[in-house]
Amino acid sequence: MFAKKTFNINFMRYKKVAMLLSAVLLILSLALLVVRGLNLGIDFSGGVLVQVELSQPLPVGDLREVLRNEGFSGSTIQGYDEKGIIIRVAADTDEAQVQVLQALKQKDPDLKLLRLEKVGPVVGRQLRQEAIFATAIALVGILAYITFRFRFRFALVSVAALVHDTLITLGFFSLLGREISLPFVAAILTLVGYSLNDTIVVLDRVRENWKEYRSLGLDNMLDKSVNQTLSRTINTSLTTFLPVCALFLFGGPVIADFSLALLVGILVGTYSSIYVAAALLSEWYTRYPAKS
Amino acid sequence: MLRRERWRLLLVLVVVLAALITVFPIKGRIRLGLDLKGGAHIVLQAKGTEENPLTGDSVERLLAVLRNRVDQYGVTEPVIQRVGGDRIIVDLPGVEDPQAALELIGKTALLEFRPVLSVSSQVPAAPHRENYDSDETFQRAQDRWQEAKDEIDALAVSMEERQKDDSSLYVGRDERGTVYLLGSPAVTGRDLQDAKTSYDNLGRSVVTLKFNSEGTKLFDAATRDGVGKQLAIVLDGAVISAPVVQERISGGEAQISGKFSPAEAQRLSIMLRAGALPVPVEILENRSVGPTLGSDSIASGMRAGLIGAGLVVLFMLVYYRILGVAADLALGVSMLLLFAGLVSLHATLTLPGIAGIILTIGMAVDGNILIFERIREERRSGKTPLAAIDSGFRKALTTILDANITTLIAAAVLYYFGSGPIRGFAVTLSIGIVTSVFSAIVVTRVLVSVFAGTRRGSWLA
Repeated sequence: MFAKKTFNINFMRYKKVAMLLSAVLLILSLALLVVRGLNLGIDFSGGVLVQVELSQPLPVGDLREVLRNEGFSGSTIQGYDEKGIIIRVAADTDEAQVQVLQALKQKDPDLKLLRLEKVGPVVGRQLRQEAIFATAIALVGILAYITFRFRFRFALVSVAALVHDTLITLGFFSLLGREISLPFVAAILTLVGYSLNDTIVVLDRVRENWKEYRSLGLDNMLDKSVNQTLSRTINTSLTTFLPVCALFLFGGPVIADFSLALLVGILVGTYSSIYVAAALLSEWYTRYPAKS
Repeated sequence: MLRRERWRLLLVLVVVLAALITVFPIKGRIRLGLDLKGGAHIVLQAKGTEENPLTGDSVERLLAVLRNRVDQYGVTEPVIQRVGGDRIIVDLPGVEDPQAALELIGKTALLEFRPVLSVSSQVPAAPHRENYDSDETFQRAQDRWQEAKDEIDALAVSMEERQKDDSSLYVGRDERGTVYLLGSPAVTGRDLQDAKTSYDNLGRSVVTLKFNSEGTKLFDAATRDGVGKQLAIVLDGAVISAPVVQERISGGEAQISGKFSPAEAQRLSIMLRAGALPVPVEILENRSVGPTLGSDSIASGMRAGLIGAGLVVLFMLVYYRILGVAADLALGVSMLLLFAGLVSLHATLTLPGIAGIILTIGMAVDGNILIFERIREERRSGKTPLAAIDSGFRKALTTILDANITTLIAAAVLYYFGSGPIRGFAVTLSIGIVTSVFSAIVVTRVLVSVFAGTRRGSWLA
């Protein structure tokens, strides 16, 4: 069974193309984040969420109209199956929940209340700060760990790769206008860990090949490392992608955005661990060779 | 099989057996979060006022009153805890009516009986266009209504002027908008001995109050002085009703009737029995999930998990054949250990926690893939099957550890900063990482050795 071919793809020949592609994606993502921003959910902006199950399917437009009549013009209405509806309103008064519910009951008196959430503006601000702080701490911790285990340059390129993955995922969410909630932050931090996991396996091989293949030239050595780990990279991404895909499709509406963030992150992360880290190392060591 | 391998096999069998005993029967062994079993999570902020500043003592009393209310409401296993100086978290599992729970927790429930000094007329109902034949008549009706309303508002302003001169007075409104100027409280909820719900002779829900001896005296005095006058019943600043005192009441009992539903009357009597909150509270955050959504989430999580696991198992079989069998068995052990870890750490399983488990399914086979790819490379470089297996495991080990420690760092940060559901995710992810590393470097190794021993490694050729 081990007669399968080995890969021998000349990755570094296309490193300029790949870096250009990454740069374009990064600039697009940053532009989206600056111009469109992220659609912060009630967890971060404060507000009210009401999830109900209608007794019979109703057009979303009808519900939007009743809500508008009650003065909730800035509400978002998301239908996730025939009868399931999630409504988010920016208001943060205690009465808002009751008012939204009563407005909906005008249209469908027999609806069933599934979920009710209210986040005050104080808590929203606090959660936002904590999310940013947590991400920063995680990044510093991981940077420290890789510096300790590898070389500092390796640590920097792998952090560059994960910033790349995270920013593009955020940009994708900004493009779609999907809601950013607390589980989304969990997804992003998981992605940070996952993206590194992938990159580390490649860098680990680079480290192993370092002495032996310096004679081959930098790019050949990097190519060899990427090729040697290629089937692992692809297989692992696939085995992680499959269950998360099942979670996205069958896991229900509450967790769908979480899974979507992971799906995008896994795709971008696979690409970046093949290309971004190695291509950056290639550029860096070509221009500024290591002292030793 | 080498002697060392035998010990490993024994270790794996013991661990698996222990895990099986811990996990089965699974029913009731795993603590479910509020988002899965349904319930209300409420975060309160205690708010001091100038006359009633926030002290350590008042927050302690606040906790006691809240506990009392929740116990009387009949919630099983509630969590009521103080966070920081002035915040309180209240978790109420299994509460079916989140709105009722919010009211029970958030209402101050300060009850006062105050003599009515003067009262406005009732605000008439606003005219509806449908009841009028023409626009002009409707317009006139609206003007008349506005006039009546302005008159009452003007009266309210003059009452508020009087209140400024005498701070014991109070201006309150009832549901219909009638404005009352009220004297200082004659009796308050502090002087209650008991409160019960019952029905009056019209079949309406009422709350029957029983005063303590001090309250009985005060109420007696108030009704003696106030025969023929109105005595207002004020709850949290709103006038509930203002009945005319027909006769002196010295028995120490009173009745509050308003437009209560039986459930509302029930809650009010609980709150009156438990006492008013010593300081008002603001609801900072509240997340309530009904029991149906919770069980739906479990069902869809399980379905997604099974489908995901099935796909991974299939992929490993197709791609790695016999080694795939080892990886799949190791995956099973890893999942079993994950659940055993959840049970023995008394961790709470949440919806993001289920997502963490599903994510672990994918990451669990990663270690195996690293090892198998290594074994393949070693074979290609000319080593014998057994030597290839040995060095494959050895060389993959540091990579597996390095790759998983970074994810573990991220999970630890999530655990530290996250709360509730997110913390549940961090827990399952962390346990999952540990069990999948164990299963890759110990379980898979034993299985591969067993297979290699029985088939003499010919399948690796």
